[in-house]
Amino acid sequence: MAEKPQPSANFSSLPVILLLTLFSLPLVLMYAYLFIDTISETPVGSLIPNEFTLRHWSFLWQTKTGKPNIWLVTLNTFIFASCITAVILTVASMAGYVLSRLNVPARGFFLAGVMVLHAFPSVTLIIAIFIVLQYIGLYNSLIGVILVKAAIDLPLGIWLMKGFYDTVPWEIEMAGIVDGASRFTVWRRLVLPQIKPAVMALGLFSFLTGWSEFILPQVLAPGAQVQVLSVYLASLIIDDNNFDFGTFKAVGVFYVVPVLILYVFFQKHLMNIYGGGTKG
Amino acid sequence: MRILLDKFSKSFGSTKVIEDMNLEVASGEMLALLGPSGCGKSTTLFAVCGIHRPTSGRILFGDRDVTNLPSQERNVGVVFQSYALYPHMTVEENIGFPLMVKRAAAPDIKKQVAAIAALVHIDNLLDRRPSQLSGGQQQRVALARALIRRPDVLLLDEPLANLDAKLRLEMRSEIRRLQRETGITAILVTHDQVEAMSMCDRIAIMKSGEIVQIATPSAMYNDPRTSFVAGFLGNPPISFIKGTAFQGAFVSGDGHLKVPLAALSGISDDTPLTLGVRPEHFGTGGDIAVEGRIVFAETQGRENLYDVALPDGSVLRSIQPVRNDIKPGDQVRWMLGSDAAFIFAENGQRL
Ligand SMILES: Nc1ncnc2c1ncn2[C@@H]1O[C@H](COP(=O)(O)OP(=O)(O)OP(=O)(O)O)[C@@H](O)[C@H]1O
Ligand SMILES: [Mg+2]
Repeated sequence: MAEKPQPSANFSSLPVILLLTLFSLPLVLMYAYLFIDTISETPVGSLIPNEFTLRHWSFLWQTKTGKPNIWLVTLNTFIFASCITAVILTVASMAGYVLSRLNVPARGFFLAGVMVLHAFPSVTLIIAIFIVLQYIGLYNSLIGVILVKAAIDLPLGIWLMKGFYDTVPWEIEMAGIVDGASRFTVWRRLVLPQIKPAVMALGLFSFLTGWSEFILPQVLAPGAQVQVLSVYLASLIIDDNNFDFGTFKAVGVFYVVPVLILYVFFQKHLMNIYGGGTKG
Repeated sequence: MRILLDKFSKSFGSTKVIEDMNLEVASGEMLALLGPSGCGKSTTLFAVCGIHRPTSGRILFGDRDVTNLPSQERNVGVVFQSYALYPHMTVEENIGFPLMVKRAAAPDIKKQVAAIAALVHIDNLLDRRPSQLSGGQQQRVALARALIRRPDVLLLDEPLANLDAKLRLEMRSEIRRLQRETGITAILVTHDQVEAMSMCDRIAIMKSGEIVQIATPSAMYNDPRTSFVAGFLGNPPISFIKGTAFQGAFVSGDGHLKVPLAALSGISDDTPLTLGVRPEHFGTGGDIAVEGRIVFAETQGRENLYDVALPDGSVLRSIQPVRNDIKPGDQVRWMLGSDAAFIFAENGQRL
């Protein structure tokens, strides 16, 4: 278990807190107005709202002309993020183990390769990926963009998993082998449970990056049937003539709420990515 | 079941750790692999259980050649130095794991776990996790897990190294009891000579990848083949004095000490030699008087240990019943038993 942070008694924390509050006040105000503006009307030039309204939230029950249904978009986003998570968890948990433990040929090359791929700015690839996807018929499909996003995020996941596998004592595996278990059983029953917190963390991490991904779906899957929330949100202000800031903010809040909920419930697991502690 | 290592060699890359080792462990015997750190004890053990593949040579269990058999099919039980318990499982699941991977029925596993847990006296701890156990309890769990499959061979890699002195004593007899009760063939790896002498039927002393001598503890103590073996066994350890041969006697560097020895009859004069005297054979009676000065005294409760410096600077150790008449700085004249002394040639071989 990680040690509880000790309250430090040799200096007063009050000035620090005061300073932090002062600096973060603008942020807090902006977040507050992001929400307030979605449920109220404010006269031009004023800061104080003068009328309560649900008009901006109407996108939830009536589909806007020229836009896909919000629930379809939400479902797409959910599928997109979940599939990415599933792919990354499956591949990274296995590849990380192999790189950490098995004596595969060209292991060093793979390790270095994973590092380079992680450092590679993915945006530079986007035109090439676009052409490839179009060529194999996966342009404007969820599957295509899921595969691309998962592939781009995988190096980080594999690298993290490898790091966590490295902390599992070697004897535990040997004990399992001597006890008669196959290598796969050892991985599944003995090693994987040891790094469960890391798997949880990587899963959440992947889900959240998937949920907030914009560039890839925007370029590779902009069609109405496969749109995700970030693309939908951007499309609201892309039209210069009649943009609706109230709705834009409401969709923004709608978009961010699941993220907040996930954070509230799972922040402890997320911290594990940085902590590295795997003791049960 | 008999274990036989036949010309077993193991190298890691270009480093040769073990070369052409021959070792036979009789059925039902408990053998200690004793040696200093890094001499290849664990490597040998891991080859027997199949974690390391031998570079060359054969390993036989009974008459069956297991050299190329994977660990899973060798039916060995191993207790690792760190115990290697599975931290996410309860004690019961830990012990039952070898049966679970064999797909035994759940009630059957439960019954066998209960039986073996009773044997190692941890039947009241089955619901705990390894992190909630003391070192000695973890050790027993590791033993139980190694024994539950009724292995043909039990391998113990420094199983007592992590325990405190009192617990070590207790577990020493406990492991020996279990080994006797189950009649299992066992190899114990240790660098603690007391452990090896007190627990095992025979000891194999290793030095940089080779077995120097195999014998029963008392035979090895009383009849060491080299100065390395003599120096490794015995606590407090044997003391060595350098000197030369002269007319069938050992003469120390400055000629002060002269010990006639039958073993030196055919040795030409001025051959460099080393004399080894165990502490219990000096100061408690004997045929040769040795003069020296006490440089160090230590009481061990029942006995006192004295270091006596001879005029040429070499030191003889003496252990004798507690007495209060001697303190450091005193000049003493004590007797040395020449028939119990060992004489070694320059290369360490006993003469
Ligand atoms: N995987 C490995 N690769 C290279 N060299 C190794 C490897 N494992 C062990 N060695 C070397 O082999 C030699 C013997 O190691 P081994 O672990 O058998 O020693 P040991 O007798 O068990 O020592 P200790 O009492 O410290 O456990 C050592 O010099 C060690 O450096
Ligand atoms: Mg070792």
